Amino acid sequence: MIAEIALAMLWLAAALAVLQLVLGSYALTVRGAEFLPAVRPIAVVQGVLVAIAFALLIVLFLRTDLSVKLVAANSHSLKPIIYKVAGAWGNHEGSMLLWVTVMGMAGGFVALLERRLNERTMVATLAGQAFVSLGFYAFMLFSSNPFERLNPAPAEGNGLNPLLQDPGLAFHPPTLYIGYVGLSIAFSFAIGALITRDVGPAFARAMRPWVMGAWIFLTLGITAGSWWAYYELGWGGWWFWDPVENASLMPWLAATALLHSVSVLATRNALKAWTVMLAVVAFSMSMVGTFLVRSGILTSVHAFAVDPERGSFILALLAIYIGGALALFGLRASTVTEGARFHLFSREGALVMNNVLLVGVLGIVLMGTLYPLVTEAFDTKVSVGPPYFNPVSAIFVFPMLIIMAAGPLMRWRSDNGRKLSSLMAVPALAAAVALALVVVFAGDIGILPLLGLVFAAGLAIASVLPLWKRNLRRTPAHIYGMVIAHLGIAVALAGMASESAFNTEKLVASEFGQSHTVGPWTIELQGVKPIAGANWTALEARLVARYGDSNVQTVLNPQSRMFASPPTATNEAALLTRWNGQLYAVLGEEGDDGRWQLRLWWKPFVPLIWYGGLMIGLGGILALVGRTSRDRRRKDEPEFEPTAAPAPDPAVAGGKEALA
Amino acid sequence: MIRGLILMVLAMLAAPLAAQDSLPPAPYAYKQLDDPAQEKTAQDLMMTLRCLTCQSQSIADSDAPMAGDMRHQVRTRIAEGEDPEAIRAWLIERYGDWVSYQPQVTAMTWPLFAAPIVLLLFAALIARKRFGRARATGDKS
Amino acid sequence: MKHWAIWLPLALFGVLFAVFATGLIAPADRTIASQMIGKPLPQFDLPQAVPDRPALARTNFTDGKPKLLNVFASWCVPCIAEAPYLQQLADAGVEINGVAIRDRSPDVQQFLARNGNPYARIGADDVSKIQFDLGSSGVPETFVIDGQGMIRYQHIGDIRPEHVPMILQKLKEAQ
Repeated sequence: MIAEIALAMLWLAAALAVLQLVLGSYALTVRGAEFLPAVRPIAVVQGVLVAIAFALLIVLFLRTDLSVKLVAANSHSLKPIIYKVAGAWGNHEGSMLLWVTVMGMAGGFVALLERRLNERTMVATLAGQAFVSLGFYAFMLFSSNPFERLNPAPAEGNGLNPLLQDPGLAFHPPTLYIGYVGLSIAFSFAIGALITRDVGPAFARAMRPWVMGAWIFLTLGITAGSWWAYYELGWGGWWFWDPVENASLMPWLAATALLHSVSVLATRNALKAWTVMLAVVAFSMSMVGTFLVRSGILTSVHAFAVDPERGSFILALLAIYIGGALALFGLRASTVTEGARFHLFSREGALVMNNVLLVGVLGIVLMGTLYPLVTEAFDTKVSVGPPYFNPVSAIFVFPMLIIMAAGPLMRWRSDNGRKLSSLMAVPALAAAVALALVVVFAGDIGILPLLGLVFAAGLAIASVLPLWKRNLRRTPAHIYGMVIAHLGIAVALAGMASESAFNTEKLVASEFGQSHTVGPWTIELQGVKPIAGANWTALEARLVARYGDSNVQTVLNPQSRMFASPPTATNEAALLTRWNGQLYAVLGEEGDDGRWQLRLWWKPFVPLIWYGGLMIGLGGILALVGRTSRDRRRKDEPEFEPTAAPAPDPAVAGGKEALA
Repeated sequence: MIRGLILMVLAMLAAPLAAQDSLPPAPYAYKQLDDPAQEKTAQDLMMTLRCLTCQSQSIADSDAPMAGDMRHQVRTRIAEGEDPEAIRAWLIERYGDWVSYQPQVTAMTWPLFAAPIVLLLFAALIARKRFGRARATGDKS
Repeated sequence: MKHWAIWLPLALFGVLFAVFATGLIAPADRTIASQMIGKPLPQFDLPQAVPDRPALARTNFTDGKPKLLNVFASWCVPCIAEAPYLQQLADAGVEINGVAIRDRSPDVQQFLARNGNPYARIGADDVSKIQFDLGSSGVPETFVIDGQGMIRYQHIGDIRPEHVPMILQKLKEAQ
């Protein structure tokens, strides 16, 4: 029964989305104005219904109802509870349901909470959201029904891929997903504002919390995904520019640019068309990512058949929504009124330059990811990987870091550079010291890691400078948010650079009782014994590690696991984290001579990558909370930055707005 | 995305499970070269060579037996003093550009290398136009 | 912004759409074909894999007669499937030289006893070296080598009944 009720809820929600679109569009006409108030409640109910449908899917998975095809294909009665829940979205149909659920709920929350925006723009936004949702409702109901029954029901389910049976990974995909789909709200706001020709600070302030929220989820989702790849795949790699990884990076790059330009629009009423464009691009990148991953045109493995039907469906949705939005942009962008003017050498100017550089990186990642597809059409196979992406993106990233360091210290509208140059001397000095230290103590570590460390040092100092000479207790939360997020970038960058510069690796075939050194560590293999878990068996090694001359012994237990359903082997690396790095141990196979393969790494400062990611996310949360409460306190006043007393510089009074 | 992850994961696992050969790995598949400098050269090269059977990993981080055999080739040749780029060329001669994650500049791939320059020029052009004119009009008013 | 620039994003999306559509309509061929076709067989000299068949070296391919070079292994399932058709080719008078990849001699002997032995010679390659020489990326694969030691054709995957006449044709062309 549950499956049928859930399916009915889904159909009802889809029907309400139709109503939301039709009524919303009619309400925007001259004669339909009386229907304007009806649209918000519809959006709320639609959100509730689809959320119930999703909750019921989780119930089906919790009960392991094998008469439902999706449950039988992806779950197993013996699976731990959290993986039963995670099983609900760990597959195509369930994740599509999560997609429409996030869209529906986001629409519902906007309808409930957002009161500042012009009502007509609001209704246009909700109609836009319904229009986009409808495509995905149709996709699910006509080609990927998650509630399909199976008759007769099998005695047992197929289980969830063991690599996904990991607490981190159970929640990494939905986090990322909420971020992707959360961007749909920004997209709909952009459509709504283009339709009613109402692009301005109110629109930006309405959109900002949603962009920030989605961006926080994306940041945390990508950080978690990289961490998962690092420890679960057993090779210690944290980013490989794989198409799937790139698919998650592209929306983040666009959302990061959007996050900054939306602030300029909210604060300074500038960058109007550019912000609208970025809002469209950000969600477009989410959809492109979904297409790339699900159509299988890039995940190149024989064993997993391409699903051209699904791919065609999503491609059609891309054409309708992205194509439609960009066409609307083309028609309306010229009617968007010109925004406030500013000088290139100003905080807006810095934000614009970084926006452009971010979009540049986005362009490179998109092109590099798709290029093999292009050459394939000419019967040439190429691979584009880290040796391309690392240096080429660096061309954009390093200038971006400099501007990122200087931007927050600059004045709005126009900066004369005097204060800036004295402030920037400090980070420049830090960078010089870092350079000297690395060259003297580490020697030749390669140009990119060297630049990475030097820039990280400079940026770390520069990012806390906005707090200089401020009353720290009266500094608003969003300033702290910015400082922490920017500092997070420096921290993550330092981790990335260390990872490629200072790793030491040791591959050994070890007897019991034999000791090995890797970096400052001495590690002894004491034994290997079989153990059993809930739904797996494993061989577990006992390694005893000592740091330097210390006598403190720490035990590490790397495992190689065998899961029964589906039959799969995984490596569970053992990690030992110290303030200055991480020891990473993997148990390999037993050789003919009874020696065990061990892979040992000492990775100095590598955890900084994920600490940095967490800081960026935390900074986002602070900024979101700070901004939201601020916006609530003074609804109608224009915003002014405390640091941003505009300089009365006559030279810029006639300056034209960039990129709008 | 979730499905993408699953695909990626399965892709990585598929190869080692499909080939159940009984021989131990090739000598230098899981063994480092004695000379740390040579090992680093080999490692840097291996990171940029694509595993033939797993298809979305470098040979430096794959458990597939063929990736192990390829690491053996790379390490042995480096130990014999061969230049890493010569080894790359040797593999490209046999498998095409696909085997290297570092695209070579060819008639087919030059746009990849032109793209960053074009993007930067385009950005500079826009900035110059906008802000250049901005200053000019600003001075007049 | 200039008027044409406003339409630039849509134009770029058009390009993106075209790329995606081509990718869907003509899904990429995932096999990695050897680039060695038309080039001479590289130098190799492999030890004997089983006692009752001689070892295999490059010199065995330069006696003027086209031959097949079949890469196989006892652990490879499709190799069992193609065994009868390799036998058919051998019965038609084709000389087939095999290379057992990453295999143990007893396992190969057992495999041949169970599935037939169409090979004139069998070399043993414990480190897949011959595969890298040939540009082969999997097992089984079959190469047509002409009488001068030139690689003329690569067949990826197991040989099925419908491939037998085609391979015979390729051998004829290699005369």
